[in-house]
Amino acid sequence: MTETASWWSLPAAPALLLTGAVLAVAGDALLAARDAGRPRTVAAAVRPLLEVVRLLAAQPRRMPAPDRLLWRSGVVTVPVAAVLSVLVVPFGHRAVADLSVGVVWFNAMEVLTWAGLWLAGWGPNAAFSLIGGYRFVAQGLAYELPLMFALISAATGAQSLRVGEIAEAQQGLWFAVWMPVAFVVYLAGVLAFSFLGPFGYPVGRDIASGVLGETSGVDRLLLQAGRWLWLTSGAAMAVPLFLGGGAGPGLPAWAWSALKTLLVLALLVWVLRRLPVLRADRYVELAWVVLVPLSILQALVPALVVLNR
Amino acid sequence: MDTVQLAVLAALGVLALAGGVLVFTCNSMARVTFALLGSLCCVGGVVTVLGLPYLGVVIVLMMVMEMVVMAVFMIAYMMNPAGLMPMSMLHNKRGSLAVSGAVFVALVTAVFVTPWPAKVGEPPSDTTFQVGKALMGEQMLTMVVLGFVLLATMVGATVLATHRGRYDRFGDDLDQRPARDPVRGGVGR
Repeated sequence: MTETASWWSLPAAPALLLTGAVLAVAGDALLAARDAGRPRTVAAAVRPLLEVVRLLAAQPRRMPAPDRLLWRSGVVTVPVAAVLSVLVVPFGHRAVADLSVGVVWFNAMEVLTWAGLWLAGWGPNAAFSLIGGYRFVAQGLAYELPLMFALISAATGAQSLRVGEIAEAQQGLWFAVWMPVAFVVYLAGVLAFSFLGPFGYPVGRDIASGVLGETSGVDRLLLQAGRWLWLTSGAAMAVPLFLGGGAGPGLPAWAWSALKTLLVLALLVWVLRRLPVLRADRYVELAWVVLVPLSILQALVPALVVLNR
Repeated sequence: MDTVQLAVLAALGVLALAGGVLVFTCNSMARVTFALLGSLCCVGGVVTVLGLPYLGVVIVLMMVMEMVVMAVFMIAYMMNPAGLMPMSMLHNKRGSLAVSGAVFVALVTAVFVTPWPAKVGEPPSDTTFQVGKALMGEQMLTMVVLGFVLLATMVGATVLATHRGRYDRFGDDLDQRPARDPVRGGVGR
């Protein structure tokens, strides 16, 4: 039974999300150290966090004739939408707001990054930045449809859009077990909307960091934080959608939620270092020719199961 | 509906109107598009406050995607250099003022003339289910026909817009494998 938590969950949920994001960044730094043959020490893990201090103190970069209003709102939208998306994700048996349309809420917040990144690309009045914004929209058209069908599969299996009820509907068997395609497509979608690893095309090296190219100081910090916050939020949402939420033997529900979230997060961080960057036009072909039909078939499975129940 | 809801409703309505005004006063295509998006998001909020959370959140979801794609196309197709220069959304000022004024008067008159039904019973706790039943129950045939019409339109528009058909890709006898494409794609080539 998922219930709405008291007022203190309002600051607690973003704090937990931030903790997860910091752990993901530290894990990524450790993997980078291993790949480069450097010693895997605490210093290596916290090294990217020094960047936070540097960015907070950095002088902002100015461009000729930027659209400051749109640029700022785009930059702010990405991390803010990540934080808002996590409000419906139950931690154990408690969510900040267990909305009756929780899955749609998560999806809507995730789509806000489309607007955010396009605006962040448009704002600085610079070509590479703008190309980065367009690249994310192209990538969005590729990953969004399969991701929506994956969300629909989980919601159909539970016959509810309420995230808490979807977690409860997996008492016997996790959705990840009997909807493996939806689970994999969802995880690919998480990497895509955090534009990390194989989906880092909008911030590619070939266009001088694209969307991130002209940002500096706090703006850059917010966009970078937004990527890792989205990765963590996606991992947290995977737990109630596909991995049975807080259910598990021995430990309390919140501990299971945290443990499963960290495991999914670790998997995502490991994967994002293993794959090369995908061009959006190549991924769109894979997504529409292979993933969309597969995920539609996957959505049919829970629909038939529910009809025959 | 209590006072708080009424206040939120009024605030969202005013914000939606303000966004609509900005659409016709801003001079940058990007700002115009996102002013319209802000306005439509407020409409989504209005629908949510009125007790249809599913439709409200879906309006926000679809409008964000739609307006981002719209921004790409509007900027690409503007007459001046690619929508990058200052522009105005006002064309044929007198004619459009007359049309919009007439439509506004007609709608406002309709609001006051229509015999609105009195409220019967309590709203159901889960309106999402009711919306689904309304759309997929009695109106199933309409929805299916609409779905096919939309799909046929999309396929038709794509076929008309593409300058490379299957004969360009697979040869005159459609037997050339792999397809002759200018850029190698992501599946099997």
